[in-house]
Amino acid sequence: MLSFYTLLCKEVLRVQKVAFQTLLSPILTALLYLLIFSHVLEQHVEVYPGVRYTAFLIPGLVMMTVLQNAFANSSSSLIQSKITGGIVFVLLAPVTYWEFFLAYVTASVVRGLAVGAGVYLAALWFAQPPLQFPLWILLFAVLGSALLASLGVVAGIWSEKFDQLAGFQNFIIMPLTFLSGVFYSIHSLPAFWQELSRFNPFFYMIDGFRYGFFGASDVSPWLSLAVVSGCLLGMAGFTLALLKSGYKLRL
Amino acid sequence: MLPAVDVRKVRKHYGNLRAVDDVDLRIEQGEFFGLLGPNGAGKTTLINLLAGLALPDGGQVSVMGYDVVRQYRNSRMLLGVVPQELVFDPFFTVRETLRLQSGYFGLRRNDAWIDEVMHHLDLSDKADFNMRRLSGGMKRRVLVAQALAHKPPVIVLDEPTAGVDVELRRSLWRFIRQLNRDGHTVLLTTHYLEEAEALCGRIAMLKQGKVVALDSTQNLVGSVPGCRVRLRLSGGLPAALLPRVVERADNDYLLALPSYQALEPLLAELREAGVAVLEMSVQQPDLEDVFLRVMKVAHEAARPC
Repeated sequence: MLSFYTLLCKEVLRVQKVAFQTLLSPILTALLYLLIFSHVLEQHVEVYPGVRYTAFLIPGLVMMTVLQNAFANSSSSLIQSKITGGIVFVLLAPVTYWEFFLAYVTASVVRGLAVGAGVYLAALWFAQPPLQFPLWILLFAVLGSALLASLGVVAGIWSEKFDQLAGFQNFIIMPLTFLSGVFYSIHSLPAFWQELSRFNPFFYMIDGFRYGFFGASDVSPWLSLAVVSGCLLGMAGFTLALLKSGYKLRL
Repeated sequence: MLPAVDVRKVRKHYGNLRAVDDVDLRIEQGEFFGLLGPNGAGKTTLINLLAGLALPDGGQVSVMGYDVVRQYRNSRMLLGVVPQELVFDPFFTVRETLRLQSGYFGLRRNDAWIDEVMHHLDLSDKADFNMRRLSGGMKRRVLVAQALAHKPPVIVLDEPTAGVDVELRRSLWRFIRQLNRDGHTVLLTTHYLEEAEALCGRIAMLKQGKVVALDSTQNLVGSVPGCRVRLRLSGGLPAALLPRVVERADNDYLLALPSYQALEPLLAELREAGVAVLEMSVQQPDLEDVFLRVMKVAHEAARPC
């Protein structure tokens, strides 16, 4: 248990020590999105009746930031320690694969939530979306960031250079987030794209998260909860199996 | 008594490369054991198998009776490894690094021991330095300290003195010897043969993944017969002695003798020839001679007929 706690502390400490990069810069990026999109679209779009576009956009941006940072944290921490070789200290220690998994995922969830909270607080200056069901918000933020953190563990283990990790980020994570309804409701899409979005787990994460704010969503929050939980279980199972086998870590 | 390290019929292949090929090795508790071999002989792979950094393709490895695959938590608790590569976590200070390392091994309040280890490795005044600010030699010391953070009964040092200055080498060996006297088992790989000769009680030599020699250091060194004599003479060497010449520069000779008994007839021959000995030194064979001989024999044995 102490091994897990130590590894978790180490990961959180790492985030703190490079806070400029891990906490401040993603918050700034999200605020730039908010500034530009809300300025351009505020007058033109009303997704839910009576909800300003800027207010609609905020939960999507917060969740996008949460997800991206959860992924970035576990994946970049792992690949960094693989490349510098520092991972050997964890591999030499009696840390079980469970503890390894939980420590990396928890630290990434912590970073995701911290950055998300930062974006949310700063965004309040632009618009104040309602907070209908805070527990749903927290639930989706935790489940979604845990899912992405787990994916980040896989990406970090699989990648041998930063280049490959960037590929993961640019060809999988970015398209899936952008095509998930962060900036729009999928009901505004043509039928084909709308149908396609339903196969994107990111859509359910963002839709469920947004439900917590507005009490309104594209699909039932229970469906989103089921999809996100199912994906998380599957992903966690896969990641644990990978860690247990020692894939690319214990040659 | 359980062996500190027990390696049985262990195999590890990477593609066609037989990095470790059916190795059997048993290291008793309290030994100071040397693992020698040229680059690529499989020393580091064997250590990686022991430490769980690599998984064996066949055979069994155990540390103090615990299987390193099935009972990895127990075996890793008992093992401290100083890796060959100079690796470090750039985010932390020396003390943070050592505290984290203790935590990974389940030790909560370990500062007394951490201070002691830092003191022995001359790291005390660097405790609050970030790892990035340390020189290569200092980083190497931290690696040693990390391996010792949980006071492991079995200590593995994979070429700990490569590229390290004399001062650290001395203080490091003083400390490791002390730990060995206190009952810790030490397994050392090194390229410095005189170091292995001075420190290790037993030595295994590895070549192409196989153990090609395994004996006490004394027996190994004794296995090379004869000695060498360096002479400075007042005149030329008598013709009868010319076949013994290994090196020659003017009237300076290096002669190979089959045994110490051959020394007296040599001197008699010189006296009869009227040649005076101006300087003389007798050299005993050392581990380097053994090493070269064993590697040559292994090489010839491996050559296809």
